[in-house]
Amino acid sequence: MSFPWAQEYKPQGTVAKWVDERLPLPRLVYNAVGAGYPVPRNLNYFWNFGVLAGVALVIQIVTGIVLAMHYYASVDGAFNSVEHIMRDVNAGWFLRYAHMNGASFFFIVVYIHIFRGLFYGSYKAPREMIWLLGVTIFLLMMATAFMGYVLPWGQMSFWGAQVITGFFSAIPLVGEPLRQLLLGGFAPDQAALNRFFSLHYLMPFVIAGVIILHVWALHIPGSSNPTGVSVKGEQDTVPFHPYYTAKDGFGLGIFLIFFVAVTFFAPNMLGHPDNYIPANPLSTPAHIVPEWYFLPFYAILKAFTVDFGIPFTGIIIIPAKLMGVLAMFGSILLLFFLPWLDTSPVRSGHYRPLFRKFFWYGLIPSLVVLTYCGGKPPYTQWVVLSQIAAAYYFAHFLIILPIVSRIERPLALPNSITEAVTGKPLPAAA
Amino acid sequence: MVRLVAFLVGLFFSGMLLLGLGDTIVSAIKEPALPTVEAGFHEETLPVTFAHDGPLGKFDRGQLQRGLKVYSEVCSACHSLKLVAFRDFAALGYSEDQVKALAKGWKTEVPSINPETGEPATRPGIPADKIPSPFANETAARAANNNALPPDLSLITKAREGGPAYVYSLLLGYRDQAGYKNEEGKELLKEFPDAATPPGLHFNPWFANLNIAMAPPLAADDQVTYDDGTKATKQQMAKDVAAFLTWTAEPKMENRKSAGWAALGFLLIFTLLAFMSYRTIWADKKH
Amino acid sequence: MSTVKKTSGAGKKPAKAASKVKSAAPAVTETQATAQGEGVRRRDFIHIATVSFAGVGAAAVAMPLVSQMSASADVLAQASVEFDIAAIEPGQAIKTSWRKQPVFIRNLTPAEIEAANKVDVGSLRDPQTLADRTKPGKENWLITLGVCTHLGCVPLGAASGEVKGEYGGYFCPCHGSHYDTAARIRKGPAPLNLNVPEYAFLSDTVVKIG
Repeated sequence: MSFPWAQEYKPQGTVAKWVDERLPLPRLVYNAVGAGYPVPRNLNYFWNFGVLAGVALVIQIVTGIVLAMHYYASVDGAFNSVEHIMRDVNAGWFLRYAHMNGASFFFIVVYIHIFRGLFYGSYKAPREMIWLLGVTIFLLMMATAFMGYVLPWGQMSFWGAQVITGFFSAIPLVGEPLRQLLLGGFAPDQAALNRFFSLHYLMPFVIAGVIILHVWALHIPGSSNPTGVSVKGEQDTVPFHPYYTAKDGFGLGIFLIFFVAVTFFAPNMLGHPDNYIPANPLSTPAHIVPEWYFLPFYAILKAFTVDFGIPFTGIIIIPAKLMGVLAMFGSILLLFFLPWLDTSPVRSGHYRPLFRKFFWYGLIPSLVVLTYCGGKPPYTQWVVLSQIAAAYYFAHFLIILPIVSRIERPLALPNSITEAVTGKPLPAAA
Repeated sequence: MVRLVAFLVGLFFSGMLLLGLGDTIVSAIKEPALPTVEAGFHEETLPVTFAHDGPLGKFDRGQLQRGLKVYSEVCSACHSLKLVAFRDFAALGYSEDQVKALAKGWKTEVPSINPETGEPATRPGIPADKIPSPFANETAARAANNNALPPDLSLITKAREGGPAYVYSLLLGYRDQAGYKNEEGKELLKEFPDAATPPGLHFNPWFANLNIAMAPPLAADDQVTYDDGTKATKQQMAKDVAAFLTWTAEPKMENRKSAGWAALGFLLIFTLLAFMSYRTIWADKKH
Repeated sequence: MSTVKKTSGAGKKPAKAASKVKSAAPAVTETQATAQGEGVRRRDFIHIATVSFAGVGAAAVAMPLVSQMSASADVLAQASVEFDIAAIEPGQAIKTSWRKQPVFIRNLTPAEIEAANKVDVGSLRDPQTLADRTKPGKENWLITLGVCTHLGCVPLGAASGEVKGEYGGYFCPCHGSHYDTAARIRKGPAPLNLNVPEYAFLSDTVVKIG
């Protein structure tokens, strides 16, 4: 394991010894989330969100499996089967609302987890692989959430499927055939609904698999920490259990309080009324918006309004629609390159005065604006705002971060985690 | 290399966005968006409160029964309630026999087949049946309603922004368009002379595009005679049917809220215990 | 390294946590040890309470996850159905369905009734008289589930022309169970007579099952 002072699993009793020699699963768990995993002692509450994301995935898988026992993926029956769950199935309303809001809470938790990584430089060497796997999980989550939203076959489900698969038709030459391949037809219909259900059931398990890789990769260098200073010795760490299991237990309680409050008292707050209207291929809702967690990306898509071409010739090289689609995917894919764009050797934003300014006064406001504008109709003021915010978003990652990491003069780092925590310099090495 | 490519890509995307920004502003100045009649004259829902509002709210059974009466005597002539079964009415406080009588006496019979000939037929409803729809299919509904489709009402309070307040406002929102002014005192037909309600439609500023195909359903007070002696004013009927339609859309609301309180209470204790446990374990660790 | 640690955390470190981080506190006096012992007990109580509370919560969440599988309200609502039996002639039977299970409604002939009544009830595997299995005054109406009590196949004998088995009632082709004219098990592996559902005559010609 990562640190030489990690405690070793000692099987107690003959059965445990017998199992340990044949399939050391308890040992694996002990070393992964037990006393055998030394973790920096100074983690703050932002470090709770990794475990919470795992809990959110479990909530989604468990409620999803039981919902699938009652749901039928048919264009005539899907909407009614969801209402059957809401009305007639025992505790069905609870399972459905928990799944519906569980998706939103999964994204809330994962977004906080990502922002923690962005601020504290968790993506930097030697943790690049954890970051790459994390972005992969995020992409898989988005695909899963989109397909899940189609399943109730309400108006937003249908038109969401229509619009999202429409992105692919922007690709030159292969676009339209590709869209037909995805949908299994010319418009979302039975074929599309069935495959979305099949994939929506499959992908959470793929996500779970990538999470195992994510956690595995985490255990090679060990967790990062708010100072960004590497662990120097045993005094810098505590065993995951009981220290962080206890802290995560408390964090879980707080998370569940929020989750329960929304699920039981405002279950439709994060949803859209139009999805309680059965899908109608002949009539588009007045105002189509995706679920809130897609709004920033939707705003980026809509922000591209001019074609890229050669001026005064009328030759268009990249039409605005294609550019919007490229930029929308690009806005997520650029995260894959982040470890090589931000080259500052200092990890934590605490010790990076310039980076911190751009993070708090640039990146966060631009994403808030994009989320807000993504849900608004295309009126001038919202388009203008989202164009400014989207321009900043791309500039932040692709231009500002590389420059900042070159010109910035970081603050003095503490010598060690223990020193940062206790405020006392380490005694001379014993 | 990565950074050089990133720089160029970033420059391209941000540059195109800034070009777009200029374009948006220029075209907004050159061709400002025309004001729309909906923007100026569509109304927010009327203020109305219900017994079921809020995290402690419970349905008023008497009101739901009155609402059912309004639905069955007024709305059900055109609007279906497909997701609700007669047996569900037990939750409104009706006994088993009353539910049976309601099902049997419903003005539309349940589609069926003649057991001997197999011909389409109808039979009286039983509690297990869903409420029969007034029209056999969408085409029939449109044919009878000047090509407008009366929406199913089962989920209407969840399917419209504003929920029951929207239903309430819409039912009471019919106005005479001639001389109609909004709160700012602007007269609709003076501002938008082209926006006159076309024949066959009805002016209602609470409807999304201001012109609704539904004729005013609640025409006068005492259109429905309430069994419990409540005076059936238009406001009362609109409020009762809005409450009833909240129940049809969310029949498990009371279970949901009470389960929510139990879950919250449990979690508060758990979180407190977990916090104490956390503090105890960390008591000796400065962090 | 471990020396550094010990000096930084000695004294107030509880024994439990100390053992977790693998370094026993250096020599402690007896009074300190007692004080620690009580602290540990109180702390253990908090941890046990937290974990048990979490367990209770998990069990409470498991309940809806399991109960969602039991029959839903619309299925239960179809628990009773009414049939018109006016058209069934003596000697005839109809096969209909109740709760998605086949139901046999059979109008027995006087000969069949007599055959059923002649049997020595004490010799039966599942001793019941025909009167036990019908309504008073309506002995000719034999209403049973069409589900063999062995493994749930549908016995033959309700539709005309079907094999009625060696005792003139029903015959289950799956494993060869023979039922007599009162639908009692007479031969073969089935342990019980065909089940008689709860039913009532609403009139002479309408029967309500369930």
